[in-house]
Amino acid sequence: MKKGYFGDFGGRFAPELLMPPLLELEEAMGRIMAGEAFQRELTELLTHFVGRPTALYHCANLSREVGFGVWLKREDLAHTGAHKINNTVGQALLAKHMGKTKLVAETGAGQHGVATATAAALLGLECIVYMGAEDVVRQAHNVQRMELLGATVRPVESGSRTLKDAINAAMRHWIAEQAATHYCLGSAVGPHPFPLLVRELQAVIGREALAQFRERTGKLPDRVVACVGGGSNAIGMFHAFVPHEQVALIGVEAAGDGSPGCCHSATLSTGTPGVLHGTMTKLLQTPEGQILPSHSLAPGLDYPGVGPEHAHLQALGRAEYVCVTDDQALAGFMRLTRSEGILPALESSHALAHVLSLSGTLPATTDVIVCLSGRGDKDLEIVRQALAKRDG
Amino acid sequence: MSTSHLTDKINQALAQGRKAVMPYLPAGYPTKDAFWKHIQDLDAAGADIIEIGVPFSDPVADGPVVEQAALHCLEQGVTLGWILEELTRRRSTIRAGIVLMGYMNPFLQYGIPKLARDAEQAGVNGLIIADLPLEENVEIRNILQKHGIALIPLVGLNSSMERLSLHAEKASGFVYFVSVMGTTGVRDALPEELREALLQARQTFSIPLALGFGLHSPTQLQGVESAVDGVVMGSALIRHLEATGKVGDFLSPWMIP
Repeated sequence: MKKGYFGDFGGRFAPELLMPPLLELEEAMGRIMAGEAFQRELTELLTHFVGRPTALYHCANLSREVGFGVWLKREDLAHTGAHKINNTVGQALLAKHMGKTKLVAETGAGQHGVATATAAALLGLECIVYMGAEDVVRQAHNVQRMELLGATVRPVESGSRTLKDAINAAMRHWIAEQAATHYCLGSAVGPHPFPLLVRELQAVIGREALAQFRERTGKLPDRVVACVGGGSNAIGMFHAFVPHEQVALIGVEAAGDGSPGCCHSATLSTGTPGVLHGTMTKLLQTPEGQILPSHSLAPGLDYPGVGPEHAHLQALGRAEYVCVTDDQALAGFMRLTRSEGILPALESSHALAHVLSLSGTLPATTDVIVCLSGRGDKDLEIVRQALAKRDG
Repeated sequence: MSTSHLTDKINQALAQGRKAVMPYLPAGYPTKDAFWKHIQDLDAAGADIIEIGVPFSDPVADGPVVEQAALHCLEQGVTLGWILEELTRRRSTIRAGIVLMGYMNPFLQYGIPKLARDAEQAGVNGLIIADLPLEENVEIRNILQKHGIALIPLVGLNSSMERLSLHAEKASGFVYFVSVMGTTGVRDALPEELREALLQARQTFSIPLALGFGLHSPTQLQGVESAVDGVVMGSALIRHLEATGKVGDFLSPWMIP
């Protein structure tokens, strides 16, 4: 297999000027990150700063309602309120060991920006976050958090003014400032070694979930479900379960308003193979190879590409990818909030909505773990507006 | 067709006692019709090699001027198919060498074997793919080579001797040296370490070396001229076109020894 590939997907389609820092990062993963001392330091931070292990929660009320067992892997309980912190603490620590003094990042929903700014503050690194101008408006609360943490937020006005444009801007920044800067990429996307690096740092989610579920029940779950934008929470959740073929892996993509031909973010369900942001993966694109704008109620899913390992798992048939609309996700958000007293992120609400759609169709003995990738506080304004629109 | 066509073009300019001039313009800019008129004007004004930009929605190696121009071209419906069809019809009237410069995905979607065939028919002499590094280019380079099309390597200030040597083993046409650590777009001054890096590249490659990214005035080349065989101007040409509505008078200051 070619280097940095997952089957036919992955690789390193980056400008030549980015090859030295990518090679440097790959070398550092082998030399520093694989070392015992680094792993000890990372575990210490994950335990006492991030708050790991996060809980595996059995939803007694929701389980009764749907007729099978629903469990939540509570990444919303991690510091800063989402799984993103696992990745940024790891990458920031690696950057520091590499002698870098600055982090540059992109963010869509703002959660990765907040998590990067948090890790940078903790480890004494300068932090610059690029964010699509549209997302700056949609996630004003997170912009304020990043700025309070000492980060500089740079709105990106080009293109569709969302996550993909923020990635373009962050990559451009990295090309120019690579000597002192590490690009803290926020999902399992981008040129090799990023999909591998982010997967390794997020795999803690699935490792914990598998061990916790076994301890509680003495068996494996039947299904593991996670939302997929770039796909970092999903690949982190899936990784430990991939070898256990009896466990069905289901990724849930955003289908926007659900109408045919509308802007949506269901890359694996409706996209075609191509190259974007340094990797060969599935994309929303025109027949001529121009990247289409995406849309989702959940800013964190609003990306026209997806991590290459997901494209590979889909091609293998090892994971199944389904779609959920904005309205279904909103219903999922409301249902969990009312049933269990937990406000899920709109991203995670997509995964929940899929599970709710299975209501009454699975045997009572079925157990489904949903990765609750983040908490919904950041989305309250979007939810308020969507409910007002829905209710006329 | 030989992949040395581009090398010949640059050597002809050098034989005339000047650097080769290589203007870059995104295909279809500012309009589909006006673009071909500008290409003819650049050719008539003595361009040695014309780089035609293949617009892409997410041009990560380009600065704001080229990005905006490329997005403008996409809004007008410019496609790679259109570029190749139009070029096929007009190639016999263009004296300069022709290079297509773009990003991997539009080329990939067109289909690389079809691209090689159609580009050869259209008289394309070389391709520059900004996001295709050495590690990923073997298959494409081999296909293009069979059709006499050079895959031009981009190298830069941070390219190690090892990478330069690896590029040099396979490179044909010319080597494109990126003058700055960053994206396309004019800069007031070029980096101090450029001269040494150019000399190192010069020693590594047997084919000509062209300098691009950030160039807006021939005076920027003072101190590095001896290491450079050609110059590429993109953002500065686009700005000139926007300001004056024409391109023919842009090249003359660049006809430098």
